Amino acid sequence: METIKPLSQYLAVMLLSPLLLGVINRVKAFFAGRRGQPVLQLYFDLYKLFAKTPVYSRTTTWVFKAGPIVSVSAVVTALAVLPFAGRPSFLSFEGDFVFIIYLLGLARFATVLAALDTGSAFEGMGASREMQFGVFAEPAFFLGLAALARVTGQTSLAGMFGALTGDSWRVAAPVLALLTASFFIVLLAENSRVPADDPNTHLELTMIHEVMALDHSGPDLAYILYGASLKLWLFGSLIGCMVLPRHSGSWASDCALFLLVMFAVAAAVGVVESAMARLRLTIVPYMLITAFAFSSLALIFQLGR
Amino acid sequence: MVLVLLSFVILLFSALLALGLSRNPHRAQDAGAYGAVAASVAGLIPSVQTLLSGRTATLCLPWPVPLGSLTLTLDPLAAFFLVPMFILTGLSAVYGVDYLRHYAGKKPLGLAWAAFNALTAAMALVFTAGNAVLFMLGWELMAASSFLLVLFEHEKAQVRRAAFIYLTAGGAGALLLLASFSLLGAGAAVLDFSSFSAPSRGLASVVFLLALCGFGLKAGFVPLHIWLPEAHPAAPSHVSAVMSGIMIKAGVYGIIRVLGFLVPWQEWWGWTLLFIGAASCVLGALFSLAQHELKRVLAYSSIENVGIIMLALGLGVIGVSVRAYPLAGLAFAGALLHVLNHSLFKGLLFMGAGSVLHGAGTAELEALGGLSKRMPRAALLFLVGSAAACALPPFNGFAGEFLIYIGAFRSLNSAGPLALAGVIAGLSLASAGALAAAAFTRAAGTAFLGEPRTERAANACESGPLMLFSMRALALLCLLAGLGAPFLLLPAARAVGSAFGLPSGYAAFDAAAVPLTYISAGGLLLLALIAIAAAKRRAFLGGKIPAEGVTWDCGYAAPTARMQYGASSFAQPLTDFFQPVLRKIGQYPVISEYFPGKASFSAEAQAVFYNSFYYPAAARIRDLAYRFSWLQHGRLQIYIMYIVVTLMGLLLWKL
Amino acid sequence: MHTFAELIIVLIILLDLALAVTGSLSSCIRLVAVQGVVAGLLPLLAGSGAPHLRALLFAAVIMTLKGAVFPWLLMRARDKSGARKDVEPLISYPASIVLCLGAFIASSWMGSRLPLPETQVAWIVPASLATIFTGFLLITTRSKAITQVLGYLVIENGIYIFGLALFVEQPMMVELAILLDVFVAVFVMGIAIFHISREFDHIDTAELSELSDWRRGEYGK
Repeated sequence: METIKPLSQYLAVMLLSPLLLGVINRVKAFFAGRRGQPVLQLYFDLYKLFAKTPVYSRTTTWVFKAGPIVSVSAVVTALAVLPFAGRPSFLSFEGDFVFIIYLLGLARFATVLAALDTGSAFEGMGASREMQFGVFAEPAFFLGLAALARVTGQTSLAGMFGALTGDSWRVAAPVLALLTASFFIVLLAENSRVPADDPNTHLELTMIHEVMALDHSGPDLAYILYGASLKLWLFGSLIGCMVLPRHSGSWASDCALFLLVMFAVAAAVGVVESAMARLRLTIVPYMLITAFAFSSLALIFQLGR
Repeated sequence: MVLVLLSFVILLFSALLALGLSRNPHRAQDAGAYGAVAASVAGLIPSVQTLLSGRTATLCLPWPVPLGSLTLTLDPLAAFFLVPMFILTGLSAVYGVDYLRHYAGKKPLGLAWAAFNALTAAMALVFTAGNAVLFMLGWELMAASSFLLVLFEHEKAQVRRAAFIYLTAGGAGALLLLASFSLLGAGAAVLDFSSFSAPSRGLASVVFLLALCGFGLKAGFVPLHIWLPEAHPAAPSHVSAVMSGIMIKAGVYGIIRVLGFLVPWQEWWGWTLLFIGAASCVLGALFSLAQHELKRVLAYSSIENVGIIMLALGLGVIGVSVRAYPLAGLAFAGALLHVLNHSLFKGLLFMGAGSVLHGAGTAELEALGGLSKRMPRAALLFLVGSAAACALPPFNGFAGEFLIYIGAFRSLNSAGPLALAGVIAGLSLASAGALAAAAFTRAAGTAFLGEPRTERAANACESGPLMLFSMRALALLCLLAGLGAPFLLLPAARAVGSAFGLPSGYAAFDAAAVPLTYISAGGLLLLALIAIAAAKRRAFLGGKIPAEGVTWDCGYAAPTARMQYGASSFAQPLTDFFQPVLRKIGQYPVISEYFPGKASFSAEAQAVFYNSFYYPAAARIRDLAYRFSWLQHGRLQIYIMYIVVTLMGLLLWKL
Repeated sequence: MHTFAELIIVLIILLDLALAVTGSLSSCIRLVAVQGVVAGLLPLLAGSGAPHLRALLFAAVIMTLKGAVFPWLLMRARDKSGARKDVEPLISYPASIVLCLGAFIASSWMGSRLPLPETQVAWIVPASLATIFTGFLLITTRSKAITQVLGYLVIENGIYIFGLALFVEQPMMVELAILLDVFVAVFVMGIAIFHISREFDHIDTAELSELSDWRRGEYGK
């Protein structure tokens, strides 16, 4: 039974995902004329945080401690479903992308409850904004996956990405281009990148994702940072699989090419972050509605074909 | 079948016993509760047997009522509704013993328990009735006993108003049902369900619409839902659990039965169900986001879930009309599974709300907070219920919705109108899911987490042992139904088969079992990963004692509980965005001085359907009726003259 | 070639969406110019085989007119009238997007019903109807007079694309007639806007609905 390949793919994802954040930060530093943090910075941070003793607020209960645990477990489970370089992972079945969407919803649920547990106004603010963005991002994401299902005629993620070839791009280029754009916007919003949210802001009033992690420390914060990097990998690999249709039958060359594309996606995110300013908070739903418009256009085109 | 009759007898007997023992509230409570639990066990056995074996049991007794016959049918569809009913009523009875304990002496507990058992018996009668007259008898008994239970706290004007609206809606629904049943059984000597056959095309549509509105007034989908957010919060919590968990499903059951009579279906029926479902889903979730009382949040969430069930039914009907039978079977199975799942987690949620009411004395979200420190077990169980309600893996809400999603995606890959139906279904489910997640994190977060906002919340007490037992049982069932969803597929398939007699058998269900098994495997993987992550965290902490402090809060050293995000502030970005739908009316503080002072703020989402449509319509009808008030003048002689004139007129007509 | 044409159709619809929501006058003018140029490219790609010299010449003339001349005229009119730069729509962003998408869906449905000859590119008719609708949307949801001219230009783009559904390569007469019509309209409207702004010191149609002396109840203040 083929377990070595999916297992090594899975391990590779778990090990390499913090690199994406390092690439993004390096690209941003390049644009700013700085040298920037080392690419392996997140690994050093995780190592340091796991060794620290946490501080807990007296207001918090077990919900606060359970939040990071549940959210990182949910994202790791979602990775077991995610295809790698167009090849299926462990759990690949009909409708598995619904499972991924709802696992990400579980991660968001746990994080928001942990934030509300601190009884702090700032964390409540971040939680409220997080749920608001979810309301607009989920339909856009769902419609995009529906359009992709219709383009490829498959209903599982691995099937969809496995059926995408260079020919699909030649025949349905507008639809796939719209879908890539829509997924990229959802990636920016879900992973707290500029223009939806600024990961480097130090003003609590402007934070969304960072403020929810404001009270966590030690291993809890390490779980949160690691979960965020895994989530970035998840969304990035969806775009990577779409942009890079599978060509050869060789597993090694496909994987290597896919890793290169993932770093290219991270670099693209870095470029976008450096080129744009963060949007005003009330405009961010409009950005997500634009993603929704792209997805629905793609679906309309595909339904009428 | 004998056991079903036995459960009826136990229920009625215990109801009478509870009434008789009204002088001694504790004895009455014991009589009622034991009777309910015994009847539940007695009723569960034949229901589960029917689901496992797939056989139908019928009982036919002579009854001198015209057009009626005492026919009881226990087929897999009825059994599929009876199982959650008996589970929920049994556990609610156990819960109610602790919940109603402190009302002893202040309220007539004997009457309350008698009404509760009568309600259970009536619902069992509705699900097993094989004759229209018997069905209507059970229906009206259900309405009457639940009306009594809603009026439990009748000293509050709000409760009286809610009960009145509830009674009116129920009465209107019963009228429409009578009309549709008489059309279905026109010309027959006895209105047996087995003798109903589909009338001609136009008449079939009329029957469908009458039944849809009549049962809709009980199921509570938009736009026939205005009584639900009033009545369900007004009743005591264990009764709310039963009402939301299973009584509104009686409406769904009725629609499924009538659809079974009206084969062959017309496609526009499916589209009607689909649009009603989509509207109820999204609007229900949206309105639940804007409520500030915990039980109203749960009531609107029930509207959302009934919408999901209607959505799946509509998808199935459209599928059958275009002959995509496997897909239709999937959609119907998803609808039925959601019936079961919703009753489990909604029962749990209402019991949790009851714990909050019991412990803190109020269910107003802005007056609660920090309850997870005072009532940790109830908080954990409420969070489990919220996770199930938001359809999060590994709980049961996700498994049911997953089947509907598969149906939607399979229809997406086919041609024509079915693809459009799939898009509408999937999009509504996704939007409603995101809105419901926001609503439940808001409700659970504001009530249970953070710091207490009032004295009452700070002094809340934990729930009693029986209340916790019921909630734990339901939470465990939620988890088991989620992980064991592949096992529920066969009973659901049998129920669908007995309801509609779809061709192509159960092949579609075998195909659906595979993804469900993967979902269960994924759920188990998730639980294992949570355990591993928790263990590793403990290993990392390695015996170090974490430090304690105040919440960081940007370094502000003296935060108060009122500074936290509350229910209305949490939902404000979304409620502002959807203002044209929610029509919030608010009073905002006017800042006129330089220094901080007192200010007040209030925001209330209106009951839009009631204020814009039903209330003006009712006012018009009332004004029209006032025109005829001259007929009611109070003079006895003229009333006698009315009687004489009518009798003479009838005599002349007959001649 | 036909995928490229489809890509252009998608671009036109995206430009429609962008026009429906944009709030800046200069970006509005630029978007209309880009849409005109892109629409001008379409007949070169939708036909079968290599395009004739005549068609190439046409496309070049049209693209120059719509891409360079009209924007220059409109920018001049805007600067002369001193109009403020923002043209926020009167309806909200989500409402504009939903209306535009709904128009596209409705035009797809209508396009499948209309008895038109078969085109090589399937989406020409829905795209054209959607563009016409966007032009109407632009006229009705903005309050500046210049955007009404822009809306008219967008409608003309839509009609031009619709004409492609009937003929693959433009007969000279039809196109010359349309162009003359548009040229005169823009020229005349530019002059009119200039005169309106000189008289009233602004070109805000919301304030143009009353006569100023009527409002004040007296003459000449």
